[in-house]
Amino acid sequence: MSAAGRKMPAHAELLDVRGLTIGFPAGEGLLLAADRIDFQVMAGQTVGLVGESGCGKSVTLRSLLGLVPYPGEVLSGEIRWLGEDLRSASKQRLAALRGREISMIFQDPTACLNPVFTVGDQITETLRKRAGLGRDDARRRAVELLDRVGVPSPERRLEAYPHQLSGGMRQRVMIAIAISTRPKLLLADEPTTALDVTIQEQILSLLMEFQQENGMAIVLVSHDLGVISETCDEVVVMYAGRRLEAGVREAVMGSPRHPYTRGLIQAMPSLEVSDEPPPVPIPGQPPNLADLPPGCPFAPRCEFTRPECRSVPMTLDADLAGHGSACPFVGVAA
Amino acid sequence: MSAAEPLLDVSGLTKRFTDRHSVLDKLRRRPPAVLTALDGVDFQLRPGETLGVVGESGSGKSTLARCIVRLHEPDAGSVTFEGKDMLAAAGADLRALRRSIQMVFQDPYTSLNPRMRIGAAVAEPARVHGLIERGEEHDYATQLLERVGIRPETVRRYPHEFSGGQRQRIAIARSLAVKPRLLIADEAVSALDVSIQAQLLSLLEEIRRDLGLTMIFIAHQLAVISRLADRVAIMYLGRIVETGSTADVFANPRHPYTRALLEAHPRIDGTRVRKPAARAETPSPYSIPGGCRFHTRCPLAEDVCSRVDPPEVEVPSLRGGHLSACHVLPRMAQAPMPASVGDAGG
Amino acid sequence: MSAQAPADPVAAGLPGPLGNLAAARLRRRAATERRWAKVTLWLGLAIVGAIVFISFAAPLLGFVGPDQQNLAQALQAPSLHHPFGTDTLGRDILTRAIYGGRIDLTFAFVTTIIPFVFGALVGALAGYRGGWIDTVVNRFVDTVVAFPFIVLILAIVTIEGPGLTGAYVGVFAVGWALYARLTRGEMLVERQREYILAAETLGYSTPRIVLRHALPNVLRASIVFSMADIVLNILLLSALSYLGLGVSPPTPEWGALVAEGQNVLLTSWWVATLPGLVIVLTGVGFSLIGDGIADRFGRDFTLTGSG
Repeated sequence: MSAAGRKMPAHAELLDVRGLTIGFPAGEGLLLAADRIDFQVMAGQTVGLVGESGCGKSVTLRSLLGLVPYPGEVLSGEIRWLGEDLRSASKQRLAALRGREISMIFQDPTACLNPVFTVGDQITETLRKRAGLGRDDARRRAVELLDRVGVPSPERRLEAYPHQLSGGMRQRVMIAIAISTRPKLLLADEPTTALDVTIQEQILSLLMEFQQENGMAIVLVSHDLGVISETCDEVVVMYAGRRLEAGVREAVMGSPRHPYTRGLIQAMPSLEVSDEPPPVPIPGQPPNLADLPPGCPFAPRCEFTRPECRSVPMTLDADLAGHGSACPFVGVAA
Repeated sequence: MSAAEPLLDVSGLTKRFTDRHSVLDKLRRRPPAVLTALDGVDFQLRPGETLGVVGESGSGKSTLARCIVRLHEPDAGSVTFEGKDMLAAAGADLRALRRSIQMVFQDPYTSLNPRMRIGAAVAEPARVHGLIERGEEHDYATQLLERVGIRPETVRRYPHEFSGGQRQRIAIARSLAVKPRLLIADEAVSALDVSIQAQLLSLLEEIRRDLGLTMIFIAHQLAVISRLADRVAIMYLGRIVETGSTADVFANPRHPYTRALLEAHPRIDGTRVRKPAARAETPSPYSIPGGCRFHTRCPLAEDVCSRVDPPEVEVPSLRGGHLSACHVLPRMAQAPMPASVGDAGG
Repeated sequence: MSAQAPADPVAAGLPGPLGNLAAARLRRRAATERRWAKVTLWLGLAIVGAIVFISFAAPLLGFVGPDQQNLAQALQAPSLHHPFGTDTLGRDILTRAIYGGRIDLTFAFVTTIIPFVFGALVGALAGYRGGWIDTVVNRFVDTVVAFPFIVLILAIVTIEGPGLTGAYVGVFAVGWALYARLTRGEMLVERQREYILAAETLGYSTPRIVLRHALPNVLRASIVFSMADIVLNILLLSALSYLGLGVSPPTPEWGALVAEGQNVLLTSWWVATLPGLVIVLTGVGFSLIGDGIADRFGRDFTLTGSG
């Protein structure tokens, strides 16, 4: 078995991201889609990047594999994979990593599945190129994989074309391709956003199972706090490209320290019909990355805003448990 | 129970879409593929009520909305609005009826004409229906926009200068321009961020109160309509499988699909018991299962479920009108939800 | 889980000197690209504008007498007095090219705009209504497009006799079809957009929906194509005249000028070549405009990306 299949010791640090900053040209100037983002991923752990649209979570994820869309660029920061500097890695090195040790799945499986090849062809292609399997072995393994991801009648499905499958099935195929090489890390960009809630649940269960079986780490990007809550060990809350809060899930979801996190939790519609307080909207408009105020980007919409917010340094002050918030004024009593 | 005449009465509404029958298919003697979007939908709406319609992909909820406003012509069934037959109306009658029922669509990026200034877009319906005169457009538009929280000075701007949430507000203003009696929100907040969703939901609630609107709110998640809707209808593969007052249905769901929706909803505090709420995938609406349409995924399916289409059964409830189309669950003793539904906010 | 970010950067907000360098480079690159895009459009407009102006304001600029013969001055090489030289009959070629411009540009403009308008309306209506109207229009368009265009022109010219009429009629008969196809295609997509559905729900009449709402949004491809069409029409007229089927002598027209020079091509290259270059320059100008417009359309109304 290749190195990709070996389980990592429980607390090995796989990914270390520090000060990641990604810029896009905007009009005459520059906007920072990600601004000094830090996080680490340990083996077997799930880290969630959560935020609303435009917060920079997707572009951060893509930058890990060198996939920042044109015309954006990583301007500074470090991305280290098992100690190796990925920012200065060659294209060949990144290509070798992708799909072998680090895999990625996306929100829209239609975009990653080639419509003119059968599902079987696409899975076996990965197995033959990446894992060096022969034709028959690859086919056998493909059937196994499809079965593992919950595709009924896998032998027949090998001959199906992507458009003949439902959205949930396509997502499963994409996952099958992604985990076929037993990657150490799976990057998941809103993998269940486009799916029905009953299917979402099945897919998330599937991912969690893989994680248990193979010690695979996951970086999950989502705007859905519920999804993040149920799957992640660590949570990073992003807004306007900045980290506003980070920590273990129980701490961030259970006792959020940043007004934005609190606002998000309060704004979520719940299944509760009775006299629980109604969802409280966060006032104002989403931030315009090309025109951010100095200091805290959330200040214009924050109910606790004060003049000092304009010169807040935007570092996370951590409490003893490593639960950090970029807001020094609120929620100090965790 | 009020004896008021229902504002909207939908009965047996059916809509099928037939794929193009290619020459190849004709040669192979294959019948054209038929997608059953609506398969006999019945419900009534009382004045001032808000009905939440919840369903996932393939449920037919959007087709239902479009059939009501006649963007699609149903194949069977009837739609009666204020006693008038909507499906038979034509010409001037149809136009008049169109004033009374308005719709807000899902995609904020295509629901406004990109080449039209928002003031003009909002005032145009009123002009077309003769509600205002030529010079009054600006004031009328400004008033409407202010009502939905858009600053009047922006009335000459184009849609792309606004955010998604703002565009939806403008779309709402446009639909209010003709002073409708019934407003259908077809996934109107689904494409928005959570923080903005809450804003829009609260706006809709306000407008409903102030204008005495009757509303149909279509969503794919139960949580979104939990506060806004008085009554809820759960749709699956073209049929309403459960309906009742929101409180009753949430507290005592009596259809396995409703239970699955409630169970599958991810929760922040992690109290959910993780067990698959419904097996497999939704069957394709091209081939709806025989018997009960949900039986292929149902954890409670019995033999009869694969043979007989279940009739609607009344479930005892506080507020009445709680119906479920299931052979099994309504007959079971009061079955509590596996995970507590009454968890802390969102 | 690290909770400490590196020490804060200078007030401008970019992390470290390397970050600043990278940012500056990105800004410069984006600015250069924007400048190029602008240059394309304006250069094209300048070229076409200049040619149009000179052609139509010719007398004011001192260019007179395109038909004035002066046999003593025949076949003079380009000089200060005759920048484009003279032809076999001693006529100043530059003047002839300028006056020829009037004919070519008018032809190009008229034969583009009229089929555009007609084709766009037909295509939009067919795309919107669907059903049998669409089917009929489609078959008609397919037939017209498949028809050998040159044969049609030759046929008409044979009936009408040489001259511009044949060319005009020919292009009108055929040119609209592509516009119809383009707008129909865009309309099929636009038809399902929610603002059109909203217009229907609001009870607007079909003419209002098609003309006021849909049409402005389905013209993009047609407008870009029309720039190419203008060039093609100029080339068509030039080709026809070259073949002796367009204008009749002594009317100056770019293609005719090229034809007039072909006998003396080896000895007096300027007679055919310089008017030919004018055709090329005009074509380049319109193409640049087309490119510039296409770029602009790409950037306008872009949707916000996510994440």
